[in-house]
Amino acid sequence: MKTLVVYLMAMPETPELARVAVESGADVVELGFPFSDPLADGPVIRRAGERALAAGMRTGRCLDVLAQTRTLVDVPVVVMTYASIFDAYGWEKLEQDSREAGATSFIVVDLPSDVRPELRRVHLVAPTSTDARLKLAADATDGWLYVVTVTGTTGARADLAPTLAPLAERVRAATDVPLYAGFGISTPAHARAAAELVDGIAVGSRAVEAAEVGAAELGRFVASLRDALDGK
Amino acid sequence: MSQTFGAYGGRYVPETLIPALDDLEAAWASLRDDDAFRAELHELGTSYGGRPTPLTRAARFAADQRVYLKREDLMHTGAHKLNNALGQAVIAQRLGKRRIIAETGAGQHGVATATVCARFGLECIVYMGSEDIRRQAPNVERMKLLGAEVRPVEFGTRTLKEATSEAIRDWIANVDDTYYLIGSCVGPAPYPEIVRELQRVIGREAREQFLAAEGRLPEAVVACVGGGSNAIGMFYDFVPDEDVRLIGVEAAGAASLGSGRAGVLHGARSSLLADEDGQIMDAHSISAGLDYPGVGPEHAHLRDTGRAVYVTCTDDEAVAAFHRLCKTEGIVPALESSHALARALDCGAELVAVCLSGRGDKDLAEVLAQ
Repeated sequence: MKTLVVYLMAMPETPELARVAVESGADVVELGFPFSDPLADGPVIRRAGERALAAGMRTGRCLDVLAQTRTLVDVPVVVMTYASIFDAYGWEKLEQDSREAGATSFIVVDLPSDVRPELRRVHLVAPTSTDARLKLAADATDGWLYVVTVTGTTGARADLAPTLAPLAERVRAATDVPLYAGFGISTPAHARAAAELVDGIAVGSRAVEAAEVGAAELGRFVASLRDALDGK
Repeated sequence: MSQTFGAYGGRYVPETLIPALDDLEAAWASLRDDDAFRAELHELGTSYGGRPTPLTRAARFAADQRVYLKREDLMHTGAHKLNNALGQAVIAQRLGKRRIIAETGAGQHGVATATVCARFGLECIVYMGSEDIRRQAPNVERMKLLGAEVRPVEFGTRTLKEATSEAIRDWIANVDDTYYLIGSCVGPAPYPEIVRELQRVIGREAREQFLAAEGRLPEAVVACVGGGSNAIGMFYDFVPDEDVRLIGVEAAGAASLGSGRAGVLHGARSSLLADEDGQIMDAHSISAGLDYPGVGPEHAHLRDTGRAVYVTCTDDEAVAAFHRLCKTEGIVPALESSHALARALDCGAELVAVCLSGRGDKDLAEVLAQ
């Protein structure tokens, strides 16, 4: 059984969207807390962040959305954000308040795995990571490793990156933790191909686009990925 | 080598870039005290860049003081930015990178980067906000003449902040063959230290020249601060001279040090224009080079330790100083440098060294439209 991780930007309607995503087959929800200058993100998630900020989705309201999401879904919910958000709110306080609101773990995209080890979180590895850094990330990570498929930012691409296979092989040699691949995975075909290499996939930009159309579109999209991962 | 300056600095970037920063740090560690590297930089600075730049007494500009201008405006390409671009271009070649990317605000760093890329035969791509492209049209044309591709950045404030973000995104996508030639003492470690070391020549020369002219050190050293590269270069060799006041001048609408708070932007923790949630706010300045909500982490540290003070200057004050230097000294200063000129006049010191970081040809349209 392969794991399906779905990213949604925190918006007032996100708890209901998360419920639909889980009902349609998502095993983990990543909840984005928007940041004004998201270096690791391509245009789709950058724009979603701009819209969220324009809608007033500051950290306090993101925590409310997290708490509401937790009442609607019983899968892991991972807060995904940037260091500036933690730095302003207080690193320990945001960790604590998020956990109280129902967060399972964290992904801080611009916080390297050797910095602030006291914040238990899901670490990312990339095609450029050295073997030493793969080991560092794998040993410290919280439950699973986020395997960045491409040398690049988030966003849909035509094909699954050829860099994923060699990276998955290197990480697999370093650790037994589950590997979920993300960045550039946006179609059932990508999902099927990635499922041959890793234990799960994380879908961001395309899920955000589907969520912007509406719950029904998001449900259809997530179900199509679920079917692909299940070999249907 | 430390990656931080007190509570500031560090490396807040995606994992993809960490190995490249490690490579850069290793290369820098071997180069910074390498005699051949220093000799190469010195040769380029003198035979190509026009160093040493003079120190000019501005007797009519400041009749009641003894104000001296460190003439980085006379450097090749018209600003101090070339010191940094030349040095980093040499580093890029040592790392085997042939594709160079840069961000630019006023266009001075873009021009300097395009210049060194032409000089060394490197591919050059410059990210520039579309608002800055409008404000600094002559520099855009210069970059193109020099063979660079200028990529407009059309989102957010359409200025230096977004241009920097896009340059970093390009670097993330092309890190294998690309060198990011950052233009100020900002960004993830080791960039702030590299840029400071490459700009230190300004203060080193100015200190010697001032001693030669006056037989003593200045009471105050004044420089404008956007990202802060000319200021850190001007200040650094005066830091041990405890009686010399170091005064950084920020644009009133972009006072990252004067009215900012700690936060993380573009790979480093520093003092930023940010709200209480850590969201970066917009900066506003007539001067594109100062129109940036962040600042180099070492300046935040110098502020906190009290070794340097940071004051502000309004758009109107800068424009007035611009006109005054034109009329009294026959020197057209950059609008950025004009901020430092304004505060040099009323800093309360008699003996003053000001970093005239660039010339103002690029600003004529903006000033004449005022």
